[in-house]
Amino acid sequence: MPTYQPVLLANIHKEDSHKLAVYESGGGYRALRRVLKEKSPQDVVEMVRLSNLRGRGGAGFPTGLKWSFLPEGHPGPVYLCVNADESEPGTFVNRVLMELDPHQVIEGIILSSYATKARTAYIYLRYEYPLSLQRMQAAVDECYQAGYLGKRILGRDFSLDVYIHRGAAAYVCGEEMGLIESLEGKRAWPRIKPPFPAVEGLFRKPTVVNNVETLACVTHIADRGVEWFKSLGTPPDPHDPRDPGSFGPKLYGLSGHVNRPGCYEAPLGITCRQLIEEFGGGVWKNRQAKAVIPGGLSTGLMTEAEFDTPLDFSGPLKVGCLGLGTGCVVVLDETYPILDFLYNSCRFFAHESCGQCTPCREGTRWAVEMIERIRAGRGRLKDLELLQEIGDSIGIIPGTTICGLADGAAWPIKNAIGKFRDELEDYIKRTNPEGYIVTEPVEALAAIAD
Amino acid sequence: MSTAERLLSDDVRQAIRARFPRYATRQAVTLPALHLVNQRLGYVPPEAVAEIAELLELTPAQVQDTLSFYGFFKQDKPAGRVRVWVCRSISCAARGGEDLLEYLCKKLGIRPGETTPDGRVTLEFAECLGACDYAPAMLVGDTLHKDLTREKIDEFVASLQQ
Repeated sequence: MPTYQPVLLANIHKEDSHKLAVYESGGGYRALRRVLKEKSPQDVVEMVRLSNLRGRGGAGFPTGLKWSFLPEGHPGPVYLCVNADESEPGTFVNRVLMELDPHQVIEGIILSSYATKARTAYIYLRYEYPLSLQRMQAAVDECYQAGYLGKRILGRDFSLDVYIHRGAAAYVCGEEMGLIESLEGKRAWPRIKPPFPAVEGLFRKPTVVNNVETLACVTHIADRGVEWFKSLGTPPDPHDPRDPGSFGPKLYGLSGHVNRPGCYEAPLGITCRQLIEEFGGGVWKNRQAKAVIPGGLSTGLMTEAEFDTPLDFSGPLKVGCLGLGTGCVVVLDETYPILDFLYNSCRFFAHESCGQCTPCREGTRWAVEMIERIRAGRGRLKDLELLQEIGDSIGIIPGTTICGLADGAAWPIKNAIGKFRDELEDYIKRTNPEGYIVTEPVEALAAIAD
Repeated sequence: MSTAERLLSDDVRQAIRARFPRYATRQAVTLPALHLVNQRLGYVPPEAVAEIAELLELTPAQVQDTLSFYGFFKQDKPAGRVRVWVCRSISCAARGGEDLLEYLCKKLGIRPGETTPDGRVTLEFAECLGACDYAPAMLVGDTLHKDLTREKIDEFVASLQQ
């Protein structure tokens, strides 16, 4: 997309792009000034609803619709939680925004708080982003100085405090209810919904949880308008009445076996092949790609034959992936064993399962133990059926867990077996031609004596 | 409890109290308090848990429950002066991150989760540092080490000796 001019990444190459003066010189906080002068909070909700902006954090839920679930006339307080706990493996685009253009995110936070009548916003920031912490805190401090935050913002009857709340390295805090529990000072066990956070969230008050990139998009919708936003991306599928389309710019992360890993911006709907070829400079070492993870580890695998799939909210679904996810693509070349991918994925989810729901806690653990055994040359062909069964049994889609992260644990298993069964079977047949497990004899009496 | 027996110094207590107005409950200050204590002491021992609980008007069990959920905080003994996280998740692993973690383990003579006998370094694995564009990566304190190679790890280990 050589003709497309980046919007979300427009400032990042400027010197001191993270500072207020640089942001303002590029038109920063212009949208906020105009909105506070001309629009009511309800107008802003309506604007975001009309834009069909969908959450960039993974689930793709329409942002305006989420806001509209807040109870009308609630005495408050209402809270905005900024989900900056970007922990999905392969994902790093929020980090780029927070490190290199934090004011764009903060302007979105202020606009969204105005719209939702939140008077306190918490940025839940993962521990592993020390530079983001430093840059975001400095940007918040600058905003208080400049009158963009605090009491009576820009002289209007609107006040907002923003606090950064640092996480402690737990993947589940990126789940909105897990995030809320963690913010309240508890273990991050996702709550059962309903009640949804819009009705009963942080401190049991109405709460909106939005992703960093989503909020940055709000800034640009306010600045450039709904029509501009809807001029980018993929319109709704006329055959699917529930598809709100995939509009707007998107940050795509590209990593793994590619020549130029990085964070790139394109209108939603660029194909995976375009992303790898045009932005990433092709697969590294002159190799072919075997597969990609289309949008963070949870979304599963796309085979090379599926690379022409548009990376919008419906594209990856059509080829059996969990969804667009975070839009962060990890390329795996032809030499990389799918078993290694499967091991890495299952080990991650076994480590990060919060332990609340038995199917996820036990299923992820059993999966990783089986894969360890297969890797050790003691696999059986029927292990693949067992793994498949685990994959089919955990998550909110089969209805066995509280949160959707378990579906994310299941999807890589389902896609690896569904799309690369031959490779996995070959490995098992080659390493364990007899096909049975040799077990070491155990001395029963000795075990009791211990 | 007299001041002399306290583990948490007055400035740490003050820093914890300064967070109270930001939240609707004192319990919400648990994570910030754990971070402040961990930063100061290198770990959060049971005595500190009791003192945090007292400040936050919680039971020690409530604080311990949260503390033990987050693998980040050390409980038994302080972490080393430098804490190193080597990423082992998919983007880094695909570019050799796991081999580099193993290499660093050998060089330091410890396994992930352990601290060198001289108390200088604690080595950990990380589940995605979110630095996939610089894979393989490791985080040393607040500094990200990008595009790691064995040579860069050699340099890092040499820098520790100085």
